[in-house]
Order: sequence, then structure tokens, then C-alpha cells
Amino acid sequence: MKAVCWQGINKLTTETVPDPEIRNDQDVILKVRLSTTCGSDLHLIGGYVPAMEAGDVLGHEFLGDVVEVGPGVRSHKVGDRVVVASFIGCGRCWYCQNDLWSLCDNTNTNPGIASMAYGYEAGGIFGYSHAMGGFRGSHAEYVRVPFADYGAFAVPPQVDDLSALFVSDSVPTGWMGADLGGVRPGDVVAVWGCGAVGQMAARAAMLLGAERVISIDRYPERLAMTERYIGSETIDYSNTDVGAELRERTGGRGPDVCIEAVGMEAHSSGPHHLYDQVKQQLRLESDRPTAVREAIHACRKGGTVFVLGVFGGLVDKFPLGAVINKGLTVRGAQQHGQRYIPMLLDRIAAGDIDTRHLATHELGLEDGAKGYDLFKHKKDGCVRAVFNPATASPARTG
Amino acid sequence: MTVKTTGAVLAAGAVIALGVARKVSRRGTGTTEPSRWLAVTVNAPPEMVQQRLRDAMAELDVETRVAPAPGGRGTEIAARLRNAATGPARRLAGSDPRQDVRRRLREVKSLVEADEVVLPDESTTGRPTPGGALVRLATRRAGGEGRL
Repeated sequence: MKAVCWQGINKLTTETVPDPEIRNDQDVILKVRLSTTCGSDLHLIGGYVPAMEAGDVLGHEFLGDVVEVGPGVRSHKVGDRVVVASFIGCGRCWYCQNDLWSLCDNTNTNPGIASMAYGYEAGGIFGYSHAMGGFRGSHAEYVRVPFADYGAFAVPPQVDDLSALFVSDSVPTGWMGADLGGVRPGDVVAVWGCGAVGQMAARAAMLLGAERVISIDRYPERLAMTERYIGSETIDYSNTDVGAELRERTGGRGPDVCIEAVGMEAHSSGPHHLYDQVKQQLRLESDRPTAVREAIHACRKGGTVFVLGVFGGLVDKFPLGAVINKGLTVRGAQQHGQRYIPMLLDRIAAGDIDTRHLATHELGLEDGAKGYDLFKHKKDGCVRAVFNPATASPARTG
Repeated sequence: MTVKTTGAVLAAGAVIALGVARKVSRRGTGTTEPSRWLAVTVNAPPEMVQQRLRDAMAELDVETRVAPAPGGRGTEIAARLRNAATGPARRLAGSDPRQDVRRRLREVKSLVEADEVVLPDESTTGRPTPGGALVRLATRRAGGEGRL
């Protein structure tokens, strides 16, 4: 089958690789319908998560049709159209049973790597390096899904593929930021980042009752898209002082909940961006936490900062003093998708959440490298490049 | 090896060095590593765990213990070697018997909780690289390493 493979830092190719096989009784094999790029893939591609081997298949946000079922699978049959949570959960360890699915105890096949770095390992994830389990990614014609009874969800017939695709990761990740960030009716919420996850976090905050939601980015097309499809206010950080602007818009208090949806390769317009970039390139820090710092400073006293962006290691100049002296709650998590996906599919079917606009570019697998080039450099207004294995490129652009 | 690849390898080395430094800093606090119990908590009552634990450890010269976990969190299972040569050199070589104990404890937990030990996908790696060799070395050890 064809698959988009990592070959080295910033080097991708589309290769012919062996088809996946059922390896455990609770596996299914999916024929992939759609699979999308994600900002967290860029950290792998750029070498910031140094646990990739040349030839590893990328991709973790996808849906497809069940074509083979292991003997231990109870909920799915051949022909089912399912969307799959990007993190793999066994469904029965203490973490899964407490809806903390990305912390599953039983799905990271290489626990020694991540537990050395983090103290304890997170669960396994599709296409996200050997430190996260060594599972193949979804930018392929077929993908194996372990523990499918818990991680694959039937898509209602009234929800089309493009709407369902982002329920695999972006929508539940955004929802989790607002939910675990404790957004309540009447809150003012600020969201750093107008990519897919940031837009979905803003929409979730609205649906949870926030009175004002303010989204922050610098790309005019993303700001316009967020205003049009999500309905939040926006701030272009490249032409204003974000902290001052937020104070002005919140009566001097600051936002009640600040959600960071940017991650380890954050950009900013200040001199600290150059500082962080130099340190990151020299590997003196692994991640650039610019947006996290800004969120901590901007948040109201006693408020909550939720870190949704993916970080891999160590950061510098973390404002711990602000956390303590302002009495902030700082939380973070990889997505607990299984906790939210059934509810989110219902909301999409009911028209509460719109996701189709996120798929700005659709390509075939043979254009894997081109898709990531469009996505990484935000060329041609790209928000998400979506790979359709059944289509010869280019199917749709712009 | 490109500058970026070198950087990535150095970054991995830095994280591992941090882990090693933490281990070294914990030395001298009392219990020595070979005699320390290795433990996991299984999300199941003791009667569902005991036989699996006995079966898993049958070939090893280990002591085991089983106790209910506080807060209704299941069962704490632990094992430690009675007499075995362990140490950093063996650990690096992948021949430290504690690695086998860790792996078996994890497998007991997975089998009791999830009915199977999930396997990674078969590799799609097409060509050897220096970075890939390091990753393969790490993944060969990973099941027997980590904090337990």
C-alpha cells in the first residue's frame, strides 16, 4: 500500500510499504477514507521528538471503513464507517476508566523511553514515534486500530466524511481545553492560536457558556476564518500588545480562562522569539513556550491556563512566579478523545459545530510532502491539508 | 549526519542524561537498587491477579507480594529478585534480570486489565540510519525499562 513516510529531518516521501495486519485479537484494520495533517506532526518532522526511524508512517487524525476484524472485537463489523481517537486506550485500566484516555497504562509498547523523560509514560498514539508506542500512522491506504471497541466510533449517516474527520483529534482536543479549563457561563476566554484546535477550543468555550471568546493569531486568513465560522472576537498579535488589548477588553481583569493552542514551535513578534529560537536550535531548550508565557501573564488573578499545544521536553524562562503569586491553575493534557467523541458527533449532526472549513486543501497520498509544505508554511491559506488515499492529486485546493 | 540530526541526537542524549542524573542523585537514600521491590497497580481485585502473577514469575527466583491498593484502585503487585547480578553495565547491555521482572509485571497488568498485551506495528523502516539504530536500541530495552 501507499503511505506517507518520514525519512529524516524535514524529509518526507510517499512509499510502498507492507499492508498492516491484525496483531492482537482486539484490532481492526481500516481502509482510510481521509487523514489530516496536524501541527503536532511538524514537531516529529522537524526532529524535535527524536524517536523516529526512517520509513515511519505519519498521521493520527483520520476516519475510514472497517475491512477486517479481530476475533476479540465486539462492537464493529466489516463495512462500518468509523472515526478513530488519535490516542489508543485499552478501556479498562484506571486511567481509561476515569476518562483520562491519553494516559492509558497499557498501550505504549515502549514505556521505558517516555518514562525516562517524563517520570511515567503516556498512552500510545498513531504515527507519533517509537516513544509513543511505535504504531503506524494513518497517512496510508490502510491502518491497524488496536482496542477498536474503545477507540473507533461509528459515524452517523447524516455526518459526512469531512465533518467527521476532525472529530478524531482537533474537535475533542479543543473541547477538552475548554472543559478541563473549567469554562463556565459568563466567562471571558482567550485562545492563543487560530489553527484547527484553537478554533475548536473557541467554539467549545462558546457552547459551554462563555460570554466572550477572544482568539489570537497573526495570519489574516485564519483570523477571518475564526470570525466567520466560529464567531469569536480576534486579536492580531503582530500589530498590537496582546496583554494590553486583553486588559482593555476585559475591564482590566484579564481573561478568566486562557487556552494555549500553539505548541512547542510558537512564534511571537518580540525579541524573546529570537532568544527562544536560538536556544531551541542549539538544543539548549527543546520547546518554545512563547504563547504559554503570554497566557500566564494575561490571565486574571485566580484564573486558569490550559496548555493544549504539544510540548515535548524542557522550556526556559517559565514564569513560575506569576503562577504562584496570581494563584493560577495551570493544566495540560494530550487529548482524552474517547471521553468526548460520541457527544461531539451528536453535536456535529445537530449543527452545533462546523468543521468542514478547516480542510482547506485535499490531496492524494503521493503528495504527502507537498501537503506538509503547504501546511507548515501556511501557503495558499492552508489550515489543514487532508489526504484522501482514493484520490489522485490534486483533488481540491484552496 | 546533518547538523539538525546531530542536534536531535544530542537532545535525546540530554533527556537520557537527565534521567541518569536523577537516578544517580537518588543513590545513597537507603534501599539499594537490586533489593528494591518493583511494583505496578492493576485495576482489578486481588483474586483476579494472584494466579497470573504466580504464572508469570514461576521461572524466576523472585519474592512477590500482593495487596489491595488504597482508594479502590485495584491491587498493588510487586516482585523483587532474591539473588541476581544486576547493575548499570548489565542494564545497558540488556541483560539485567530486573528488566525481565519489569516486563513480566507489565504483562500481568495488561493481561488482567485488557485481556492482551498490545504489540507495536511491524516496522516500515526501509534503510538503516544512525538515529534509527539508537531508536532501535532504545525500543529493544523499553519494555524492561522505565519506572516501576
